[in-house]
Amino acid sequence: MSNQTVTSIVSGNIWALYRKELKAYFNSSIAYVVMTVFLLMAGWFFTLDIFLVGQATLRSFFEVSRLIFVFFIPAVTMRLLAEEMASGSLELLVTYPVTDVEIVLSKWLAAMTLLTITLAFTFVYLFTVIILGNPDEGAVFGGYLGLLLMGGAGCALGLFTSSLTRNQVVAFVLAFTVLFALFMLDNLLMFMPASIGALVEYLSFGYHLDNLSRGVIDSRDLLYFSSLTVLGLALASDRLADRRE
Amino acid sequence: MISVERMTKRYDGILAVDDISFEVQQGEVLGFLGPNGAGKTTTMKILTCYMPPTSGNVIIGGKSVMQHSLEIRQNLGYLPEDTPLYNFMPVLEYLHFVGQIRGLDPAYQRKRVGEMIEVCGLEDVLHRDVRELSRGYRQRVGLAQALIHDPDLIILDEPTSGLDPNQIAQIRTMIHEFGRKKTLILSTHILPEVQATCDRVIIINRGRLVADGRPDELASRLHGFQKVRIGFAGEGFNAAEAAAAMRTVAGICSVESCGTEAGLELFELEAEKDIDPRLDLFRMAAEKGWPLAELHLERSTLEDIFRELTVGVEQAVATGPAS
Ligand SMILES: Nc1ncnc2c1ncn2[C@@H]1O[C@H](COP(=O)(O)OP(=O)(O)O)[C@@H](O)[C@H]1O
Ligand SMILES: [Mg+2]
Repeated sequence: MSNQTVTSIVSGNIWALYRKELKAYFNSSIAYVVMTVFLLMAGWFFTLDIFLVGQATLRSFFEVSRLIFVFFIPAVTMRLLAEEMASGSLELLVTYPVTDVEIVLSKWLAAMTLLTITLAFTFVYLFTVIILGNPDEGAVFGGYLGLLLMGGAGCALGLFTSSLTRNQVVAFVLAFTVLFALFMLDNLLMFMPASIGALVEYLSFGYHLDNLSRGVIDSRDLLYFSSLTVLGLALASDRLADRRE
Repeated sequence: MISVERMTKRYDGILAVDDISFEVQQGEVLGFLGPNGAGKTTTMKILTCYMPPTSGNVIIGGKSVMQHSLEIRQNLGYLPEDTPLYNFMPVLEYLHFVGQIRGLDPAYQRKRVGEMIEVCGLEDVLHRDVRELSRGYRQRVGLAQALIHDPDLIILDEPTSGLDPNQIAQIRTMIHEFGRKKTLILSTHILPEVQATCDRVIIINRGRLVADGRPDELASRLHGFQKVRIGFAGEGFNAAEAAAAMRTVAGICSVESCGTEAGLELFELEAEKDIDPRLDLFRMAAEKGWPLAELHLERSTLEDIFRELTVGVEQAVATGPAS
């Protein structure tokens, strides 16, 4: 089994699966609701910056987007496996000639697509800033890259929590708990001894996102997010294989 | 084609399938018969490589489900219980999706989708979402999905449950059609189903295989003997003498008097399973001048065997604590 899993990680089937997942998103109201909520909230903070602070910058937008992602990502990933387990369609899906890795990967890609489309809409804010002011290109690039990387890790972890239960609400709460913990970790540093402080800091989203938002693309930050992503995907795929034991 | 050796499946604590062995030949239509909870679905989930057995071997087309799951799945069509299809897709799109996921070449896929629409009678619902379909149409889409890649092995879990008699007849006709060319396994908890569609039946109960054979064969094999009802008319006829005489007829094991009913003196005889004693009984009656009015051989039906074999469970369910 493991040999085949490796050799056929990406076959043509994955695109059929991927399109099916995307269609499922846009067929239910989930996609539209989460996108609208995200854009409204992010837009609200962006406009506040312009009118209250009098600054045309994306800084608060990036900061608040991290927090919104902590809610947004679980809402996007909660149905991915839980729904298929509840309806029984997973039972049919895994008897098609597709590997567990393909199933997991196609679902993750669909969630990432939704997230990327949402972020693409925020280019409206970016253009506004370009017109009104003079944004720091590195910071903008780093900010978007950070959100995408956080999204990748979050979607992978959310996919894993969605594999743990048939109940989408439970999947949401589990994913939210994990993401919120990673989000909050660096705010707790002052309560911790310095010895573990460094480790906790390294584990937090905020630390790496702050690095990136300075426009510095450091391989350690990339490694952090990609490790979390691979971890989430591997755990989810393991769960799929396990369920059959 | 399929060889199942000492297959056992345990779900934490629950023994769902208990040491089952059987073989299925190429081209056979095999029915799995058993009451609810017998282990039919579990067996099918193992055959379809959904999950491995806890112990034992399952070989399909010379390959083990544990090591060659992907290759086996390529050549297998499965319709799970309760037909879990993707509700949000229109029928036509759904069929193409299954074709793609099965990796069919685009031209071949179009051809097969067309054939499936025709064979399964889906012309009228092509653009309807799966969620809007009636139970009967949903089941037909489920069959189309299982057959689209023209697999050698088809596995259908309770394909007619929840359908009305008309729909059942339609699905059975389709099953007959594919069953002629393919190896087909279906499960059911309803007897007429296997009698109507299967070359061979395996009865399982509480995870154990309790019978395996052709539906008609099974009847006599399991029952040690057949029943004969015989009735004589008229007065002055000595029941005791007749009973004693009938006992001497070849193949008759026992004679029981059932009293008189509508002027007939009735007896119930038990005969050995391979012997038809009717002719001898008739000759004897003619010799003695007994007015024979009724003579009837009852082969036990599959229904009897099924009830006999599974009665333990039925009783347990009937008398067990409500749950
Ligand atoms: N996923 C599962 N977890 C635990 N027990 C199960 C599971 N699936 C089936 N069972 C149990 O295994 C037994 C056989 O079930 P099943 O194969 O579904 O029977 P059938 O299809 O003949 O009705 C039943 O006692 C059932 O409760
Ligand atoms: Mg069942």
